[in-house]
Order: sequence, then C-alpha cells, then structure tokens
Amino acid sequence: MLARLIESLGIPTVTVTMMPELALKMRAPRVVGVEFPFGHSFGTPHNDALMLQVARAACEALEEAGAPGYRLDVETEWPVPLEVAYKTWHPPRPSPVVAQMLKSRGPG
Amino acid sequence: MTVDSYRYLPRSMKTMYEATPVSDEPVAWTPLPRPLNRCSIALMTSAGIFLKDSQAGFDEEREWANPQWGDPTYRAIPSDVRQEQVSCSHLHISHEDLLEDVDVVLPIRAFKALETEGRIGSLAGEHYSFMGYQDRRLLDWRNTQGPELAARLKERKVDVLLLAPA
Repeated sequence: MLARLIESLGIPTVTVTMMPELALKMRAPRVVGVEFPFGHSFGTPHNDALMLQVARAACEALEEAGAPGYRLDVETEWPVPLEVAYKTWHPPRPSPVVAQMLKSRGPG
Repeated sequence: MTVDSYRYLPRSMKTMYEATPVSDEPVAWTPLPRPLNRCSIALMTSAGIFLKDSQAGFDEEREWANPQWGDPTYRAIPSDVRQEQVSCSHLHISHEDLLEDVDVVLPIRAFKALETEGRIGSLAGEHYSFMGYQDRRLLDWRNTQGPELAARLKERKVDVLLLAPA
C-alpha cells in the first residue's frame, strides 16, 4: 500500500477510500471511508458541498488519529441509486485483466 | 453508518478482498510536524489523469499486452489546472465524471476553501496522479517512485499527502 510506503519515508498521509477495510489491511495509517462508486472518491461532478464534507473528514482524521490503524467513515449515502451507480463506474469495455479472466473461463 | 468496503464490487471480487490477509509489513507512522492549520497539503489520485497538452498518458498498450502489469509512473498536476487540460488513461474505471469535473478525484476547490477558512495552512502548488492498477508488490514505487516523490514533497515543504485511490 502506497500510503504506508510514503508514511515510512517521513510524510504523514491520509487515505480517502471506498475500501477502508482493505486499506487498513494494507497498513494505511489514517483512513477515511466513503461508500462511493469507484472513480468518485470525493463525490459527483460539481457537488462542492459533498467534496467539502469529505475533505473535512480527511482533516478530522489528520488531527484525531493518534496511532496507525485509524478509520473514520463519512456518513453520507451516494446520491445515485445503487443499480445505476454500480453499472456506471465500470469502464466502457472490460479492463485487460478482466478480459483475460473472461477469456480463460470460455463461453458459457 | 459503517462504510461497506465492497458495495460496488462483483461478488467474486468481494470474496477475494475479504479473504485478503492483513499485510505482514510493519506499520508506519509519521506525526504531523505542526498543527493542521499551519500544514501544507498535497493531493494524490490514482485515477490516471494527466495534462493532455504537455504530458504522456499512462501506458495502456503495455497493459493490454501484459494484463498483470500496470504503469508505475506518476504525473504532477498543478493547483491551477483547468478542466480542459485534463485527460485520463485508466482502463479500470469510467472516465465520464472526472472528465466533466476533475475535482471528483482531485478536490482542489474543496481544499482551497479549507485554506481560505484557515482549516489547513495551505494547499500545495502541485498534486500527483498515477494509474491505480499496480503490481501488488509495488516494486517500482518502493525502489524509485516512492523515494523520488517523498524527496519532491520535502523539497516543496509539503507536510501532508492525501491519497485518494480511485
């Protein structure tokens, strides 16, 4: 995990992530969790209020965390229905590794 | 509310990540060198954005040839970046929203507002972007990019790095 590496090089970090559980497993020192679709760590386009809310949470984490393994979750639900957001974060065609996986499974 | 880390993942990937063991690497901790309202903060996104007129994109061709490989380089993005300068090469996410408003992954306006109100000392003059699909061992980052970036941050008197995996 990059945060652990940068922190070990003497720069304090805070990680804002959709996968806080995994970030802590990877030893990110300070973690802010957001339940947002991938590619949208800070919100929807032009939603400055939501971006500011997440940025404030990052500031709170930086001030409050006293030891590695700190986690703060942002209490906001994504403003787009799950079934829509789940589909729209994906790239227009499967990524190389997903395409390779699908190919290896074969038809059916 | 507890954030569900796997809400937007297919079930097979959720199972894989849930089974991921805790890293056996040592924890790392660097305290803030001064109160937050005197700290300079830089931002880093893994959304694979770059400046289309002056920077190369990330190497998609090589990733197609070797799907286990991800471009380990990074790009510096200035604080005064304009939306029309931004492009993206990342094969694992949709680009649509970040090409409409890059602040969804690199929240410069929000941190400028926090600087204005005195919540943070300052927003750094440059930020960083890389493509988030990386070799799990992060060999290039450990050996080259990580130390180079840390030195660059220190040279610019940046106190804190915010990382936002896309």
